[in-house]
Amino acid sequence: MNANFLSLAIWVPILGAIPVLLLGSERRFLVRWVALAVALAGFAVTLPLYTGFDTTQAGMQFVEKLRWVPRFNLEYLLGVDGISMPFILLNSFITILVVLAGWDVIEKKQAQYMGAFLIMSGLMNGIFSALDGILFYVFFEASLIPMYLIIGVWGGPNRVYAAIKFFLYTLLGSLLMLVALIWLFLTSGGSANILDWHQLQLGMTPQILIFIAFLVSFAVKVPMWPVHTWLPDAHVEAPTGGSVVLAAIALKLGAYGFIRFSLPIAPDASHYFAPLMIALSLTAVIYIGFVALVQTDMKKLVAYSSIAHMGFVTLGFFIFNPLGIEGSLVQMISHGFISAAMFLCIGVMYDRMHSRQIADYGGVVNTMPKFAAFFMLFSMANVGLPATSGFVGEFMVILGAVKFNFWVGMAAAVTLILGAAYTLWMYKRVVFGAITNPHVADLSDIGLREFLILALLAACVLAMGLYPYPFTEVMHASVDNLLKHVAASKL
Amino acid sequence: MLNNFVIPDFYPVAPEIFLLAMSFIILFADLLFSATQRWVASTLTTITLLGCAALTVATADGQTTLTLSSLFVDDLLADFLKLMTYLSVVMVLLYGRQYLVERGLDKGEFYLLVLYATLGMMVMISAANLLTLYLGLELMSLALYALVAIDRDSARATEAAMKYFVLGALASGLLLYGMSMIYGATGNLDIADISQVLYQGQADKTVLVFGLVFIVAGIAFKLGVVPFHMWIPDVYHGAPTVVTMLIGSAPKFAAFAMALRLLVYALFPLVAEWQQMLLIMAVLSIALGNLAAVAQKNIKRMLAYSAISHMGFMLLGLTSGVIGHEIDPFTAINAYSSALYYTVAYVLMSLGSFAMVLLLSRTGHEAEQLDDFKGLNQRSPWFAAMMLIFMLSMAGIPFFIGFFAKFSVLTAAITAGHITIAVVAVMFSLVGAFYYLRIIKLMYFDAPVETASLTATPTFRILLSLNGIAVAAFGLFPDAIMTICTAVLLHSL
Repeated sequence: MNANFLSLAIWVPILGAIPVLLLGSERRFLVRWVALAVALAGFAVTLPLYTGFDTTQAGMQFVEKLRWVPRFNLEYLLGVDGISMPFILLNSFITILVVLAGWDVIEKKQAQYMGAFLIMSGLMNGIFSALDGILFYVFFEASLIPMYLIIGVWGGPNRVYAAIKFFLYTLLGSLLMLVALIWLFLTSGGSANILDWHQLQLGMTPQILIFIAFLVSFAVKVPMWPVHTWLPDAHVEAPTGGSVVLAAIALKLGAYGFIRFSLPIAPDASHYFAPLMIALSLTAVIYIGFVALVQTDMKKLVAYSSIAHMGFVTLGFFIFNPLGIEGSLVQMISHGFISAAMFLCIGVMYDRMHSRQIADYGGVVNTMPKFAAFFMLFSMANVGLPATSGFVGEFMVILGAVKFNFWVGMAAAVTLILGAAYTLWMYKRVVFGAITNPHVADLSDIGLREFLILALLAACVLAMGLYPYPFTEVMHASVDNLLKHVAASKL
Repeated sequence: MLNNFVIPDFYPVAPEIFLLAMSFIILFADLLFSATQRWVASTLTTITLLGCAALTVATADGQTTLTLSSLFVDDLLADFLKLMTYLSVVMVLLYGRQYLVERGLDKGEFYLLVLYATLGMMVMISAANLLTLYLGLELMSLALYALVAIDRDSARATEAAMKYFVLGALASGLLLYGMSMIYGATGNLDIADISQVLYQGQADKTVLVFGLVFIVAGIAFKLGVVPFHMWIPDVYHGAPTVVTMLIGSAPKFAAFAMALRLLVYALFPLVAEWQQMLLIMAVLSIALGNLAAVAQKNIKRMLAYSAISHMGFMLLGLTSGVIGHEIDPFTAINAYSSALYYTVAYVLMSLGSFAMVLLLSRTGHEAEQLDDFKGLNQRSPWFAAMMLIFMLSMAGIPFFIGFFAKFSVLTAAITAGHITIAVVAVMFSLVGAFYYLRIIKLMYFDAPVETASLTATPTFRILLSLNGIAVAAFGLFPDAIMTICTAVLLHSL
């Protein structure tokens, strides 16, 4: 228990990125293997977090505490509970896939590409494990930098616009959060410990203001309707790896922020704003579902579907029952796998055809049968078919929502229809039908590397769909504890 | 008469005396050595500054010592600011050497003027009397005016120097006028005595506030904050890049000292009045600096406007010392040390950014346009990463020193209850982030136009790398400098 697994989870990838960067892009062979080794090591050090996790405890585990900035009483304080721990594993796992996905697809500056992803992986682990508010902010902001570069350097034709939009949009939110964090830091008498902030007795007005400041920040990150517009741009322009990390991990940061900050620090304001939040979430689920339906670009379609799925997540938080919150958490992890898989599938096709337009495809199953099978599985999971991970989370949230209010549950359930409509319709147009584009006829099926990536994800999706207990087990205690916080009024 | 004469204690003034003496030696040495041996002057200047640093450290005893009939003060704050000044001037000299040689500006005058400007800053930093302060200010300013025009044949530099001189003279006049008002109201020029008289409440408030307005205007000019910022873009743009680098670094410490000596040491009882004025200027500077920087195509102008916004941020720290009418020493020291920390952080970043401009320029080509940064990542990934660090740090993104500078100032501002202003300030730094990101975009996302390899000397490369690493390392571990800033103020106020 003495090993600092959280620090390792953060710093192994970041420090491992240094040799990768120093190798330079000429030594492609070495760069890839070193990057893969670092990513694997980064994942390996997170495994003890799961195996050594005490599921009966609601509090923080694996806590590490060091003085960082004594002048402001800031600490290098890390710890995870059942809510944050799975994300660290997810993140480190996805990083391996991203390294594999960029294996021989990335031609330009491969060392920097791998380095950026490794650094980002470490920073994201930092976000999920920081218990000092300012440390959290530092990781939160710093993680924008590698993503900005990834989109801008390796992205598509409109990458500059997308990269700057991504950065400024997110920064807008986080700067307001910074003011809120400093305010909390001062109000709590100079403590930046998030757990101390949870205990802080705040009046209604400050709670509302703090909630709004956090809302702006996290809503952009999630993203919630109507501040979601950066996401389709970023996804479409980002290279495959960028889209994967963005969808699988970065979006979860916003949702995680709600649980870690907004709900426990401002419970009364959370209840006060709950109708609004539910309305925004349902808008995302229904309206964005329709928007996804009309997309002609596959990546855009999946991006919109991500927004709809994240609407489910925020819906689950603000109905304040254990089913809802646990469902949301499961949904977040499951969406991490599924969206990663969907983007990787599109990446597989894009690498061969250099087009993301649905209209350019058709009949892919004839030339890529193995791929079509995987793509089918992930599409079904995206729809929420039982026995895939997509089903578990959505079902729990819908149950929770029905408990909360029948009509809210009813509206949320619309997603099952819409999701099926846009995902399967896209699948049909891309994979089935006659081959109209001669390029499709020349396609080669997935190779061993691609097979490995998709098979790993398929295993995760099925495992989580068939037997979600290991995932929900670790969350129970922490979610109950969170709900206790949210239920107790601070007024 | 002579009976009353006491030989003053020259010990605390040793660095200034040493610098002055050395400047004469360099003056003669420059005559003796031929044009091919210019390195002598440059080396001697560096040695002089290092000697000053050694003397400053040697005479630092943590006590506040007044000497020369209380015209001159030596306290920890002065020692710290002087050391930072030497550091930045030495860095400017090391960075600028090659640039000067290539452009034939590597003359003895340059080094002498730099030394006299430094002497002026030192005197300003150690001023215990309004006259000393004014003397130091003029010495510094006159040397800087001449430095801006040192490239005689450049019309733009001459124009910039004229502008700087005329506006600078006006500002000095305003300051002097303000000082005369204060003298009129209090009957004193001595900073300690002025605050004594003010605390007794005998002085005429109307005259005082009237004088205060002019003093604040003078300070604002030297800091370069709105509405006294007009000279900054033109001078930064027009001056040879080395001189721009000098103006953008060391004098900020002197100006900070001036603000502190005048406003906090002398006129603290008027804090309610000057805080208000500074607050307005701070917000305007942050707003205008960031907005105007977006429209710039020339990197020196862009950095000039960014300097305006950064000084606005620094002022935000200075205005957060006193909440309402309660004077709490801890709040005050927190606020002023945040401003000091911001200044230190800013100078480090500013030196690095201008060094990048120097790095890209070579004989016959000034890399002044933003487009000169295009594709730098292809040409030199290491220095592109350095510029990335400087730009992100200026934008206030962690893990770099600029983040903690902003953090400490915002903390001070929110402590003082300026929450709305803090929100406004961060929103404008969002605007600021745009133009810093644009540089990163040019370096990383665009293809290079220029393919010539970089010609910088090893010294330059090492120094620039150290500068970049320092900005990153002090961002990861900000405590050391923060604690020093707080400690010197704690011992000096």
